[in-house]
Amino acid sequence: MPQVRLPGTLTPLFAGLPRRLEVEAATVLEAIDRLEAQWPGLRDRIVEEGPALRRHLHVYVNGERADLGTPVAAGSRLDVIAAISGG
Amino acid sequence: MPKTMLIVATRKGTFLLESDDRRDWTLRGPFCEGWPVYHAIHDPVSGSIYAAAASEWHGSAVWRSRDLGETWELSSEGLTYGDEDGRKVSKVSTLAVAGDRVLVGAEAPGIFASSDGGENWSLLSTLSGQPGSEAWDDPANQPPGHLGISGFVTEPGDSERFFTIVQGVGAFETEDGGSTWTPRNRGLRRDWPSDHEEVGFCVHKLVRSAEPERLYQQNHVGMHRSDDSGRSWNEITEGLPGDFGFAAAAHPHDRETFYVIPVDGGHGRTMHDGKAAVWRTRDGGSSWAALRTGLPQENAHLGVLRQGMAIDREDVPGVYFGTSTGQVFASPDEGETWSEIASYLPSISSVNVAVVD
Repeated sequence: MPQVRLPGTLTPLFAGLPRRLEVEAATVLEAIDRLEAQWPGLRDRIVEEGPALRRHLHVYVNGERADLGTPVAAGSRLDVIAAISGG
Repeated sequence: MPKTMLIVATRKGTFLLESDDRRDWTLRGPFCEGWPVYHAIHDPVSGSIYAAAASEWHGSAVWRSRDLGETWELSSEGLTYGDEDGRKVSKVSTLAVAGDRVLVGAEAPGIFASSDGGENWSLLSTLSGQPGSEAWDDPANQPPGHLGISGFVTEPGDSERFFTIVQGVGAFETEDGGSTWTPRNRGLRRDWPSDHEEVGFCVHKLVRSAEPERLYQQNHVGMHRSDDSGRSWNEITEGLPGDFGFAAAAHPHDRETFYVIPVDGGHGRTMHDGKAAVWRTRDGGSSWAALRTGLPQENAHLGVLRQGMAIDREDVPGVYFGTSTGQVFASPDEGETWSEIASYLPSISSVNVAVVD
Protein backbone atom coordinates (compact mmCIF):
# COMPACT_ATOMS: atom_id res chain seq x y z
CA MET A 1 0.00 0.00 0.00
CA PRO A 2 1.18 3.57 -0.63
CA GLN A 3 2.55 5.33 2.42
CA VAL A 4 1.13 8.79 3.08
CA ARG A 5 3.01 11.44 5.04
CA LEU A 6 0.99 14.40 6.25
CA PRO A 7 2.05 17.86 7.42
CA GLY A 8 2.14 18.61 11.11
CA THR A 9 -0.43 21.37 10.63
CA LEU A 10 -3.05 18.76 9.76
CA THR A 11 -2.83 16.16 12.48
CA PRO A 12 -4.03 18.36 15.41
CA LEU A 13 -7.31 18.89 13.57
CA PHE A 14 -8.39 15.24 13.58
CA ALA A 15 -8.38 12.94 16.59
CA GLY A 16 -6.08 9.99 16.09
CA LEU A 17 -4.73 11.09 12.72
CA PRO A 18 -1.06 10.04 12.49
CA ARG A 19 1.61 11.83 10.47
CA ARG A 20 2.40 8.62 8.57
CA LEU A 21 -0.03 5.93 7.48
CA GLU A 22 -0.76 3.51 4.68
CA VAL A 23 -3.88 3.54 2.52
CA GLU A 24 -5.09 1.44 -0.39
CA ALA A 25 -5.39 3.81 -3.36
CA ALA A 26 -4.58 4.11 -7.06
CA THR A 27 -4.26 7.92 -7.25
CA VAL A 28 -3.42 10.81 -4.96
CA LEU A 29 -7.07 11.90 -4.82
CA GLU A 30 -8.19 8.38 -4.03
CA ALA A 31 -5.73 8.24 -1.18
CA ILE A 32 -7.11 11.51 0.19
CA ASP A 33 -10.66 10.22 -0.17
CA ARG A 34 -9.73 7.08 1.79
CA LEU A 35 -8.46 9.31 4.58
CA GLU A 36 -11.65 11.35 4.36
CA ALA A 37 -13.70 8.21 5.01
CA GLN A 38 -11.90 7.69 8.28
CA TRP A 39 -11.44 11.35 9.28
CA PRO A 40 -14.41 13.30 7.87
CA GLY A 41 -13.44 16.80 6.83
CA LEU A 42 -9.85 15.92 6.05
CA ARG A 43 -10.29 16.14 2.27
CA ASP A 44 -11.42 19.75 2.56
CA ARG A 45 -8.23 20.66 4.37
CA ILE A 46 -6.17 19.49 1.38
CA VAL A 47 -8.48 19.86 -1.62
CA GLU A 48 -10.46 22.94 -2.68
CA GLU A 49 -13.22 23.41 -5.22
CA GLY A 50 -12.36 22.06 -8.66
CA PRO A 51 -11.23 19.69 -7.24
CA ALA A 52 -7.72 21.07 -6.93
CA LEU A 53 -4.96 20.97 -4.39
CA ARG A 54 -5.04 23.93 -2.06
CA ARG A 55 -2.69 26.62 -3.28
CA HIS A 56 -0.19 26.42 -0.44
CA LEU A 57 0.05 22.65 -0.35
CA HIS A 58 2.19 20.51 -2.60
CA VAL A 59 2.08 16.77 -3.10
CA TYR A 60 5.01 14.60 -4.11
CA VAL A 61 4.91 10.96 -5.15
CA ASN A 62 8.26 9.25 -4.71
CA GLY A 63 9.88 12.68 -4.59
CA GLU A 64 8.32 13.95 -7.80
CA ARG A 65 5.87 16.85 -7.83
CA ALA A 66 2.37 15.39 -8.27
CA ASP A 67 -1.25 16.43 -8.56
CA LEU A 68 -4.53 14.88 -7.56
CA GLY A 69 -4.59 12.55 -10.57
CA THR A 70 -1.08 11.20 -10.18
CA PRO A 71 -1.05 7.39 -9.85
CA VAL A 72 0.26 5.76 -6.71
CA ALA A 73 1.15 2.11 -6.26
CA ALA A 74 2.12 -0.34 -3.59
CA GLY A 75 5.28 0.98 -2.00
CA SER A 76 4.77 4.55 -3.25
CA ARG A 77 5.57 7.35 -0.86
CA LEU A 78 3.09 10.20 -0.99
CA ASP A 79 4.18 13.41 0.80
CA VAL A 80 1.73 16.22 1.47
CA ILE A 81 3.83 19.31 2.13
CA ALA A 82 2.65 22.62 3.55
CA ALA A 83 4.37 25.56 1.85
CA ILE A 84 7.03 27.44 3.72
CA SER A 85 5.02 30.61 4.19
CA GLY A 86 3.50 32.83 6.80
CA GLY A 87 5.02 35.10 9.38
CA MET B 1 -21.34 33.93 39.44
CA PRO B 2 -21.68 35.37 35.94
CA LYS B 3 -18.50 36.47 34.24
CA THR B 4 -17.88 38.86 31.42
CA MET B 5 -16.08 37.15 28.58
CA LEU B 6 -14.39 38.81 25.64
CA ILE B 7 -13.95 36.60 22.60
CA VAL B 8 -10.95 37.99 20.75
CA ALA B 9 -10.22 36.83 17.22
CA THR B 10 -6.68 37.37 16.00
CA ARG B 11 -4.46 36.57 13.06
CA LYS B 12 -3.04 33.76 15.18
CA GLY B 13 -6.05 32.14 16.79
CA THR B 14 -8.82 32.99 19.21
CA PHE B 15 -8.25 34.21 22.77
CA LEU B 16 -10.65 34.57 25.68
CA LEU B 17 -10.49 37.27 28.36
CA GLU B 18 -12.63 36.76 31.47
CA SER B 19 -13.48 38.95 34.41
CA ASP B 20 -15.79 38.91 37.42
CA ASP B 21 -15.79 42.68 37.80
CA ARG B 22 -14.79 44.03 34.35
CA ARG B 23 -11.57 45.38 35.90
CA ASP B 24 -9.31 42.38 36.52
CA TRP B 25 -9.03 40.06 33.54
CA THR B 26 -7.50 36.66 32.87
CA LEU B 27 -6.46 35.48 29.44
CA ARG B 28 -6.80 32.03 27.86
CA GLY B 29 -5.61 30.88 24.45
CA PRO B 30 -4.60 30.74 21.71
CA PHE B 31 -7.31 28.47 20.40
CA CYS B 32 -8.17 27.30 16.89
CA GLU B 33 -4.63 26.01 16.32
CA GLY B 34 -3.38 29.51 15.59
CA TRP B 35 -5.42 29.82 12.41
CA PRO B 36 -6.12 33.36 11.18
CA VAL B 37 -9.54 34.12 12.67
CA TYR B 38 -11.56 36.92 11.11
CA HIS B 39 -14.53 37.03 13.48
CA ALA B 40 -15.51 35.14 16.62
CA ILE B 41 -18.80 35.39 18.50
CA HIS B 42 -20.64 33.91 21.45
CA ASP B 43 -24.19 32.66 20.93
CA PRO B 44 -26.09 33.44 24.15
CA VAL B 45 -28.83 30.91 23.38
CA SER B 46 -26.73 27.81 22.79
CA GLY B 47 -23.73 29.01 24.78
CA SER B 48 -21.42 28.12 21.92
CA ILE B 49 -18.52 30.16 20.64
CA TYR B 50 -18.02 30.28 16.88
CA ALA B 51 -14.89 31.45 15.08
CA ALA B 52 -14.69 32.08 11.33
CA ALA B 53 -11.19 31.22 10.21
CA ALA B 54 -9.20 30.71 7.04
CA SER B 55 -5.87 28.92 7.04
CA GLU B 56 -3.58 29.69 4.13
CA TRP B 57 -2.73 26.00 4.03
CA HIS B 58 -5.98 24.31 4.93
CA GLY B 59 -8.76 26.59 3.75
CA SER B 60 -11.81 28.02 5.46
CA ALA B 61 -13.74 26.56 8.37
CA VAL B 62 -15.84 27.58 11.31
CA TRP B 63 -14.47 26.53 14.65
CA ARG B 64 -16.86 25.97 17.52
CA SER B 65 -16.59 25.43 21.24
CA ARG B 66 -19.59 24.28 23.23
CA ASP B 67 -17.81 24.55 26.59
CA LEU B 68 -16.56 28.14 26.61
CA GLY B 69 -13.22 27.38 25.08
CA GLU B 70 -12.26 24.16 26.85
CA THR B 71 -12.53 22.10 23.66
CA TRP B 72 -12.78 23.13 20.03
CA GLU B 73 -13.84 21.46 16.79
CA LEU B 74 -13.93 22.75 13.25
CA SER B 75 -16.14 22.07 10.28
CA SER B 76 -16.36 23.15 6.68
CA GLU B 77 -18.89 20.48 5.72
CA GLY B 78 -21.02 22.13 3.04
CA LEU B 79 -19.01 25.32 3.14
CA THR B 80 -18.34 25.26 -0.58
CA TYR B 81 -19.70 26.46 -3.89
CA GLY B 82 -19.08 23.00 -5.34
CA ASP B 83 -16.73 21.81 -8.01
CA GLU B 84 -18.84 23.00 -10.96
CA ASP B 85 -19.66 26.56 -9.90
CA GLY B 86 -16.29 28.18 -10.55
CA ARG B 87 -16.39 30.22 -7.36
CA LYS B 88 -14.23 29.29 -4.40
CA VAL B 89 -14.64 29.95 -0.71
CA SER B 90 -11.34 31.68 -0.06
CA LYS B 91 -12.33 32.98 3.34
CA VAL B 92 -15.10 33.05 5.93
CA SER B 93 -15.23 36.59 7.24
CA THR B 94 -18.14 37.24 9.54
CA LEU B 95 -20.64 35.43 11.76
CA ALA B 96 -24.06 36.01 13.27
CA VAL B 97 -26.80 34.02 14.96
CA ALA B 98 -30.30 34.51 13.58
CA GLY B 99 -32.82 32.46 15.52
CA ASP B 100 -31.73 28.83 15.43
CA ARG B 101 -29.37 29.37 12.50
CA VAL B 102 -25.75 30.36 12.52
CA LEU B 103 -24.79 32.51 9.54
CA VAL B 104 -21.33 32.88 8.12
CA GLY B 105 -20.33 35.26 5.36
CA ALA B 106 -17.77 34.16 2.82
CA GLU B 107 -15.61 35.35 -0.02
CA ALA B 108 -16.43 34.91 -2.93
CA PRO B 109 -19.49 36.74 -1.60
CA GLY B 110 -22.01 34.32 -0.21
CA ILE B 111 -23.84 33.46 2.99
CA PHE B 112 -23.87 29.96 4.42
CA ALA B 113 -26.13 28.80 7.24
CA SER B 114 -25.99 26.03 9.79
CA SER B 115 -29.01 24.71 11.65
CA ASP B 116 -27.09 22.19 13.74
CA GLY B 117 -24.73 24.42 15.64
CA GLY B 118 -21.98 24.64 13.06
CA GLU B 119 -21.51 20.96 12.19
CA ASN B 120 -22.99 21.22 8.70
CA TRP B 121 -23.39 24.22 6.44
CA SER B 122 -25.41 24.95 3.33
CA LEU B 123 -25.42 27.85 0.93
CA LEU B 124 -28.17 30.30 1.87
CA SER B 125 -27.64 33.06 -0.66
CA THR B 126 -25.14 34.70 -2.96
CA LEU B 127 -27.44 37.72 -3.37
CA SER B 128 -27.49 36.79 -7.03
CA GLY B 129 -29.25 39.33 -9.20
CA GLN B 130 -28.69 42.25 -6.86
CA PRO B 131 -27.19 45.34 -8.52
CA GLY B 132 -23.44 44.98 -8.50
CA SER B 133 -23.52 41.20 -8.23
CA GLU B 134 -22.59 40.82 -11.88
CA ALA B 135 -19.06 41.96 -11.01
CA TRP B 136 -18.40 41.19 -7.37
CA ASP B 137 -17.29 37.59 -7.81
CA ASP B 138 -14.25 38.76 -9.75
CA PRO B 139 -11.38 39.10 -7.27
CA ALA B 140 -10.03 41.95 -9.40
CA ASN B 141 -13.11 44.00 -8.48
CA GLN B 142 -12.87 43.45 -4.74
CA PRO B 143 -11.42 45.80 -2.17
CA PRO B 144 -8.25 44.88 -0.25
CA GLY B 145 -8.98 42.38 2.46
CA HIS B 146 -11.22 40.33 0.17
CA LEU B 147 -13.83 39.83 2.85
CA GLY B 148 -16.76 39.27 0.51
CA ILE B 149 -19.64 39.30 2.96
CA SER B 150 -18.25 41.53 5.69
CA GLY B 151 -21.04 41.90 8.22
CA PHE B 152 -24.51 41.04 9.48
CA VAL B 153 -27.03 42.86 11.62
CA THR B 154 -29.83 40.71 12.93
CA GLU B 155 -33.30 41.82 14.01
CA PRO B 156 -34.36 41.16 17.59
CA GLY B 157 -37.36 38.83 17.59
CA ASP B 158 -37.41 38.22 13.84
CA SER B 159 -34.84 35.72 12.67
CA GLU B 160 -36.01 36.00 9.06
CA ARG B 161 -35.02 39.62 8.83
CA PHE B 162 -31.41 40.73 8.79
CA PHE B 163 -28.93 42.95 7.02
CA THR B 164 -25.75 41.88 5.36
CA ILE B 165 -22.89 43.89 3.91
CA VAL B 166 -21.09 43.10 0.69
CA GLN B 167 -17.67 44.67 1.09
CA GLY B 168 -17.26 47.67 -1.19
CA VAL B 169 -20.80 47.33 -2.54
CA GLY B 170 -23.24 48.19 0.23
CA ALA B 171 -25.83 46.94 2.68
CA PHE B 172 -28.73 44.68 1.78
CA GLU B 173 -31.71 43.57 3.83
CA THR B 174 -33.74 40.39 3.69
CA GLU B 175 -37.15 39.99 5.28
CA ASP B 176 -37.60 36.34 4.33
CA GLY B 177 -34.55 34.62 5.76
CA GLY B 178 -32.25 35.26 2.82
CA SER B 179 -34.44 34.39 -0.18
CA THR B 180 -34.85 37.95 -1.42
CA TRP B 181 -32.88 41.12 -0.76
CA THR B 182 -33.23 44.87 -1.00
CA PRO B 183 -30.34 47.35 -1.15
CA ARG B 184 -30.45 49.72 1.84
CA ASN B 185 -28.02 52.46 0.92
CA ARG B 186 -30.21 55.45 0.07
CA GLY B 187 -28.73 58.73 1.26
CA LEU B 188 -25.23 57.41 1.92
CA ARG B 189 -22.32 59.52 0.75
CA ARG B 190 -20.16 58.16 -2.03
CA ASP B 191 -17.12 60.04 -3.31
CA TRP B 192 -16.70 57.94 -6.42
CA PRO B 193 -18.82 56.94 -9.42
CA SER B 194 -20.85 53.74 -9.51
CA ASP B 195 -22.54 51.80 -12.28
CA HIS B 196 -25.60 51.49 -10.06
CA GLU B 197 -27.50 54.12 -8.11
CA GLU B 198 -28.41 51.73 -5.30
CA VAL B 199 -24.98 50.22 -4.63
CA GLY B 200 -21.31 51.12 -4.84
CA PHE B 201 -21.07 52.22 -1.19
CA CYS B 202 -18.34 51.14 1.13
CA VAL B 203 -20.18 50.20 4.32
CA HIS B 204 -17.65 49.28 6.98
CA LYS B 205 -19.84 48.64 9.97
CA LEU B 206 -23.58 48.60 10.58
CA VAL B 207 -25.06 48.49 14.09
CA ARG B 208 -28.53 48.66 15.51
CA SER B 209 -29.25 51.06 18.35
CA ALA B 210 -31.34 50.41 21.45
CA GLU B 211 -34.37 51.23 19.32
CA PRO B 212 -34.63 48.79 16.39
CA GLU B 213 -35.63 51.39 13.79
CA ARG B 214 -32.48 53.38 14.40
CA LEU B 215 -29.26 52.16 12.84
CA TYR B 216 -25.81 53.66 12.69
CA GLN B 217 -23.06 52.96 10.24
CA GLN B 218 -19.40 53.77 9.84
CA ASN B 219 -18.82 54.20 6.17
CA HIS B 220 -15.64 54.66 4.14
CA VAL B 221 -16.69 58.29 3.84
CA GLY B 222 -18.56 59.25 6.95
CA MET B 223 -20.75 58.33 9.84
CA HIS B 224 -24.40 57.87 9.01
CA ARG B 225 -27.67 57.38 10.86
CA SER B 226 -30.97 55.88 9.83
CA ASP B 227 -34.22 56.38 11.72
CA ASP B 228 -36.32 54.18 9.45
CA SER B 229 -34.66 50.76 9.66
CA GLY B 230 -32.10 51.51 6.99
CA ARG B 231 -34.46 52.74 4.31
CA SER B 232 -32.73 56.11 4.26
CA TRP B 233 -29.54 57.50 5.74
CA ASN B 234 -28.23 60.87 6.86
CA GLU B 235 -24.62 61.77 7.45
CA ILE B 236 -23.57 62.66 11.01
CA THR B 237 -19.82 63.02 10.56
CA GLU B 238 -19.51 66.67 11.64
CA GLY B 239 -17.60 66.97 14.88
CA LEU B 240 -15.44 63.88 14.32
CA PRO B 241 -11.73 64.24 13.46
CA GLY B 242 -12.25 62.49 10.12
CA ASP B 243 -14.81 60.63 8.11
CA PHE B 244 -13.03 57.27 7.98
CA GLY B 245 -13.13 54.41 10.45
CA PHE B 246 -14.09 50.81 10.81
CA ALA B 247 -15.29 49.97 14.31
CA ALA B 248 -18.56 51.13 15.82
CA ALA B 249 -20.84 50.19 18.70
CA ALA B 250 -24.25 51.32 19.88
CA HIS B 251 -25.29 51.80 23.50
CA PRO B 252 -27.66 48.96 24.48
CA HIS B 253 -30.10 51.15 26.41
CA ASP B 254 -29.91 54.63 24.88
CA ARG B 255 -30.67 55.07 21.20
CA GLU B 256 -28.87 58.42 21.11
CA THR B 257 -25.53 57.06 22.30
CA PHE B 258 -23.11 55.55 19.86
CA TYR B 259 -19.34 54.96 19.74
CA VAL B 260 -16.88 55.08 16.89
CA ILE B 261 -13.11 54.99 16.46
CA PRO B 262 -12.02 57.35 13.69
CA VAL B 263 -8.77 56.43 11.98
CA ASP B 264 -6.72 58.05 9.25
CA GLY B 265 -8.31 57.21 5.93
CA GLY B 266 -5.00 57.02 4.05
CA HIS B 267 -2.65 54.11 4.04
CA GLY B 268 -1.96 54.31 7.76
CA ARG B 269 -5.46 53.74 9.06
CA THR B 270 -4.43 54.40 12.63
CA MET B 271 -5.88 56.75 15.22
CA HIS B 272 -5.45 60.45 14.48
CA ASP B 273 -2.25 62.18 15.64
CA GLY B 274 -0.99 59.06 17.43
CA LYS B 275 -3.46 59.71 20.25
CA ALA B 276 -5.88 56.93 21.09
CA ALA B 277 -9.51 57.91 21.40
CA VAL B 278 -12.97 56.47 21.19
CA TRP B 279 -15.52 59.07 20.13
CA ARG B 280 -19.02 59.10 21.55
CA THR B 281 -22.21 60.90 20.71
CA ARG B 282 -24.98 61.28 23.28
CA ASP B 283 -27.38 62.99 20.92
CA GLY B 284 -27.65 60.75 17.91
CA GLY B 285 -24.67 62.26 16.14
CA SER B 286 -25.39 65.98 16.52
CA SER B 287 -22.24 66.33 18.59
CA TRP B 288 -19.25 64.15 19.42
CA ALA B 289 -16.76 63.97 22.29
CA ALA B 290 -13.44 62.15 22.50
CA LEU B 291 -12.99 59.64 25.33
CA ARG B 292 -9.30 59.43 26.15
CA THR B 293 -8.89 58.86 29.89
CA GLY B 294 -6.57 55.91 30.33
CA LEU B 295 -5.81 55.56 26.63
CA PRO B 296 -2.28 56.29 25.36
CA GLN B 297 -1.91 59.86 24.11
CA GLU B 298 1.59 59.74 22.69
CA ASN B 299 2.98 57.66 19.82
CA ALA B 300 -0.11 55.46 19.84
CA HIS B 301 -0.56 54.55 16.20
CA LEU B 302 -3.35 52.07 16.78
CA GLY B 303 -5.66 50.58 14.21
CA VAL B 304 -9.01 48.96 14.97
CA LEU B 305 -10.82 46.86 12.40
CA ARG B 306 -14.56 46.71 11.68
CA GLN B 307 -15.37 43.96 14.18
CA GLY B 308 -12.87 45.29 16.69
CA MET B 309 -15.17 47.07 19.16
CA ALA B 310 -17.90 45.65 21.42
CA ILE B 311 -20.22 46.87 24.13
CA ASP B 312 -21.90 44.79 26.81
CA ARG B 313 -25.47 45.05 28.08
CA GLU B 314 -24.92 45.92 31.73
CA ASP B 315 -26.86 48.85 33.22
CA VAL B 316 -23.64 50.83 32.90
CA PRO B 317 -22.25 49.20 29.78
CA GLY B 318 -18.64 48.23 29.35
CA VAL B 319 -16.95 49.14 26.08
CA TYR B 320 -14.05 47.16 24.62
CA PHE B 321 -11.79 47.38 21.61
CA GLY B 322 -8.86 45.42 20.21
CA THR B 323 -6.13 46.80 18.00
CA SER B 324 -4.24 45.61 14.98
CA THR B 325 -1.13 45.66 17.18
CA GLY B 326 -2.57 43.28 19.76
CA GLN B 327 -3.77 45.44 22.63
CA VAL B 328 -7.22 45.12 24.19
CA PHE B 329 -8.62 48.16 26.01
CA ALA B 330 -11.64 48.01 28.30
CA SER B 331 -13.87 50.60 29.89
CA PRO B 332 -16.27 49.50 32.66
CA ASP B 333 -18.07 52.85 32.65
CA GLU B 334 -19.42 53.58 29.16
CA GLY B 335 -16.07 54.81 27.89
CA GLU B 336 -15.31 57.36 30.61
CA THR B 337 -12.14 55.54 31.75
CA TRP B 338 -10.05 52.91 30.05
CA SER B 339 -7.39 50.37 30.91
CA GLU B 340 -5.24 48.08 28.79
CA ILE B 341 -6.24 44.51 29.65
CA ALA B 342 -4.09 42.63 27.12
CA SER B 343 -0.92 43.93 25.55
CA TYR B 344 0.82 41.39 23.38
CA LEU B 345 -1.77 39.50 21.39
CA PRO B 346 -1.46 38.95 17.64
CA SER B 347 -3.19 41.43 15.38
CA ILE B 348 -6.83 41.56 16.43
CA SER B 349 -9.65 41.07 13.95
CA SER B 350 -12.64 41.14 16.27
CA VAL B 351 -13.81 41.59 19.85
CA ASN B 352 -17.12 40.18 21.01
CA VAL B 353 -18.52 40.35 24.53
CA ALA B 354 -20.73 37.91 26.43
CA VAL B 355 -21.93 37.26 29.93
CA VAL B 356 -21.38 33.62 30.85
CA ASP B 357 -21.87 31.46 33.94
